[in-house]
Amino acid sequence: MAELNTGDGGGKGDKKVRSKKGNSRVDLTAMVDLAFLLITFFMLTTSLNKPQSMDLGMPDKEEDPTKKQTIDVADNRSLTVLLGENNKVKWYLGQFVTPLAGPEQVTYGKEGIRKEILARVKSVVEETGDPKKGLIVIIKPSEKSTYSNLVDILDEMAICKVKTYAIVDITKEEVALLDKE
Amino acid sequence: MAKAKSQKKAAAIDMTAMCDVAFLLLTFFILTATAKQPEPLPVDTPSSTVQTKLPEKDLAMLTVGNGKVFFGVTGKDVRKRTLELMGTKYGMTFTPEEMKKFSQMDAFGVPMSQLKSLIAKSSAERNQKNLQSGIPKDSLDNQLKEWIYNARLATNEIAGVQLKVAIKGDAKQEYPQIKKVMDILQDQKINQFNLVTGLRGEDF
Repeated sequence: MAELNTGDGGGKGDKKVRSKKGNSRVDLTAMVDLAFLLITFFMLTTSLNKPQSMDLGMPDKEEDPTKKQTIDVADNRSLTVLLGENNKVKWYLGQFVTPLAGPEQVTYGKEGIRKEILARVKSVVEETGDPKKGLIVIIKPSEKSTYSNLVDILDEMAICKVKTYAIVDITKEEVALLDKE
Repeated sequence: MAKAKSQKKAAAIDMTAMCDVAFLLLTFFILTATAKQPEPLPVDTPSSTVQTKLPEKDLAMLTVGNGKVFFGVTGKDVRKRTLELMGTKYGMTFTPEEMKKFSQMDAFGVPMSQLKSLIAKSSAERNQKNLQSGIPKDSLDNQLKEWIYNARLATNEIAGVQLKVAIKGDAKQEYPQIKKVMDILQDQKINQFNLVTGLRGEDF
């Protein structure tokens, strides 16, 4: 198929030159194949090597505790998610002492916490009747939860399109709740 | 029989030019590709579905794993200036040779007292496991805070933009360590940062 032609010029009809010519045809097909394979490899690795990242915005920290602002949130809009050890997740709706629903233990992923959040995203908007007053998720990672737990739950926020969420310190009572069972 | 012969002739294509082009492109991609630098603290990042790329310039990377924190900032000039500022803060002077070697280090994790001996080592020695103990970040001796602060100053001086901060945490790292790093950032009013993650599908 492919041949390397060394050109006909140069030879002046001598028999010596002709005999050399016969061996100079090289099949380049395999070489081209290899070259393109490597090109593909380098193209893909250079653009795919850039790490992905997740944006995270935290609220301003108020250093003076007396100036701390409390934001009143309707109980039926706030879903608290507790992250425990060994990939445990618990959630409840409303306040800790008088939860409107839950607390319930679920798992990560689409069969667990995502179902719950997606359902709440819909039902909260229906209840308030205002698309701007959507679900608020409060994420409370415990001391024993891992970084991947946090990323998982933040990822769920992105998947479920929850616009308002916050990472808050866990309370002792909630730790006790996590340790139960 | 004569018909068949004439068809065969057209099937021979000269591949020389194609080969040339292919290798030209190959050379281009090899040269533009940046080789993966060995990391002093290898971490296994968790995955997420979010597909935003990490910024390439003016970025400080905080690697958290095994309870240690390593610090790195992009740009050689910024690194030099950061080291200079850190030197004045801790009363240390660095020779131009040390500055140059430091500017070639992508990330490091030692207290200021050990920094000189780390700079003196070769890059292979530096990346040995458990050699670097992490940057102190407790409230008595918060060097991590100073590194971030001075890197921000240096970036602002040289590039005239705000330094962006990324946290690259190990998936198995427990939350309090990450929280500590986030608190240090928030104390400096950095409320927006990137979490470095791998990529996965939504179906998990």
